[in-house]
Amino acid sequence: MAKKISTKVLTDLHLNMVRIRRFEEEAGKLMEDGKIPGALHLYVGQEAVASGVMAHLNNQDQITSTHRGHGHVIAKGGQFSPMFAELYGKATGYCKGKGGSMHISNMALGILGANGIVGGGPPIAMGAAFSNKFRKSKQVSVTFFGDGASNEGSFHEAANMAALYQLPCVFVCENNGFGEYTAQSNHQAVTDVADRAAGYGMPGVVVDGMDVMAVYEAAEAAVKRARSGAGPTLLECKTYRYYDHVGVRGMGLTYRTDEEVEAWKQRDAIESFEALLVKQGVMTQKKLDNVYARVDADIQEGIAFAESSPFPTEDDLLEDVYFVGAKS
Amino acid sequence: MSEAVQKNARMLPYVSAITEGVQQVLREQDNAFVAGEDVGQAGSVFGYYQGLLAEFGDRRIVDTPISEKGIIGLGVGAAATGCRPIIDVMFMDFLGECMDEVANQMAKMRFMFGGGATLPITVLTMAGAGMNLAAQHSQSWEAWLAHLPGVKVVMPSNAYDAKGLIIAAARDDNPVFVVLNKMSLAMPAEVPEEMYEVPIGKAQIVKEGTDFSIFGIGRMVHEALAAAKTLEELGVNCEVVDVRSIQPFDSETAVASIKKTHRALIVHEAVRFGGFGGEIVAQLQEQAFDYLDAPIARVGAPFSPVPYSPALEQVYIPNAGRIVTEVKKVLGL
Repeated sequence: MAKKISTKVLTDLHLNMVRIRRFEEEAGKLMEDGKIPGALHLYVGQEAVASGVMAHLNNQDQITSTHRGHGHVIAKGGQFSPMFAELYGKATGYCKGKGGSMHISNMALGILGANGIVGGGPPIAMGAAFSNKFRKSKQVSVTFFGDGASNEGSFHEAANMAALYQLPCVFVCENNGFGEYTAQSNHQAVTDVADRAAGYGMPGVVVDGMDVMAVYEAAEAAVKRARSGAGPTLLECKTYRYYDHVGVRGMGLTYRTDEEVEAWKQRDAIESFEALLVKQGVMTQKKLDNVYARVDADIQEGIAFAESSPFPTEDDLLEDVYFVGAKS
Repeated sequence: MSEAVQKNARMLPYVSAITEGVQQVLREQDNAFVAGEDVGQAGSVFGYYQGLLAEFGDRRIVDTPISEKGIIGLGVGAAATGCRPIIDVMFMDFLGECMDEVANQMAKMRFMFGGGATLPITVLTMAGAGMNLAAQHSQSWEAWLAHLPGVKVVMPSNAYDAKGLIIAAARDDNPVFVVLNKMSLAMPAEVPEEMYEVPIGKAQIVKEGTDFSIFGIGRMVHEALAAAKTLEELGVNCEVVDVRSIQPFDSETAVASIKKTHRALIVHEAVRFGGFGGEIVAQLQEQAFDYLDAPIARVGAPFSPVPYSPALEQVYIPNAGRIVTEVKKVLGL
């Protein structure tokens, strides 16, 4: 570690990664057991990115997320009970069961939604950043997107406008090597998405997305730059998803090898960070075990909450299509 | 159209009514701004933002790149976080560049978030044929938008409604598309100087009649009025209804009219097939079947892209003559 970082920051980074990992493992099982309907895109393997970036944001700062959004929501302060309830389609979910995994959001936490459209987030985050600057609020918006989304026109338009207006925005590309089932080398000629930053007039930074401290430090600079009014940064985090594009085992498509998955697991962000924390005396194995026990208790509580919650009723269907009420 | 004609009424062209509506909204709402292509330095290619940059500065009159996805995204993100953006999509045809941001983001965000997000966005966009601008600068796509739960769509046919609907849209806490018409820009109407709203979701009877209801959308209201005049000479007393609000659609006014006249025709500039007229027909037969004395007629553009040549465009755009022909057909005249 380049500089002294407080124990609190280190343990929070670890806790968030574990919360994401365990949530996703359980959510994946519940989906495959048929208890959670629909499709879940799970974040296992990429935890260092959400945890490292979100450590620099407050509740007023905004994010836009992706179809693989649970990790971002958890790291931004999302609670397990309303998250599980949303995945179950229950009325007590973050979106009253109307959004589900791909649209999970919470405005009070600054989460402007997961997004089922690849490339859907960047223009919205750019708009939030425009609003932050317009309102002189000192808030920062961060948009998470993948290597696949970096080929969408929406990303290019948002990046160009964010740089043009010097908006308080950070573009975090989670390059996990695949746009759905298509390898990066088959969907773009560049190796580093961050190279594209030059074309917009913003800095581009590449960082090891399996190293939470590397993400933490790079994100600190990018968020600081945005908050100071100096404009956006494109931060590319090289990472990997251990599970399939959808679900855990997925559809069994032959687009990558088991050896490749295993090689990335050898560089697991959580395991390597835990080894570091123990080595530095920040954590002991006992303390680590306690973290997992606490997180697992939270998960069981969240699942129980979701399972015991009511489904929305037909009367709820047409609510929230439009704002109805007193005009502002 | 003015409900009460006053002495010394001030006449204003459609284009200036747009300007005045936006200007008054910006004076009223500190968190409102205009963003779009050529809105600032140029004052819009249609001229309706002339002078606004000088009054409000470039913080609130924001020139954007030619990036419709970005422009709508800017509006969605800003509206969700405390602003009241007025977004300009120069030609309605350009919605093709940003239909994801409109249909999958703007329209659905509130619902998907379980009511968590409120999006007070006004989108001004220019529709209509008649200026030989060919297939990609002349279309009327209101039916596309009306099919999207979560957005409202209005089409002012005159200067009074243009100003009043822009103000109502800007004060509404939902996304509202105000679909303007480029052939109407010079058309004057009485427009009061004070701020006023034309209610969204209300049609207006612009001419009372007893024998036949003609429902006009946008500029076609004027063709409907011209047709009504011709038909008057043939002894047919037509009622002309300005639909004005596409979503929500004012079926109450429409049904009341047909209960009086028992016959109806709908006219819009959009292609007839799949056009909004079909929805009006469906609602009328559902809600007033027993009052109908004849099939409901529709006049719209033929099923082709808008042609360039003046010779072709003239026959393409619906007009009073075609309305008269169809009404006569229904009546067996």
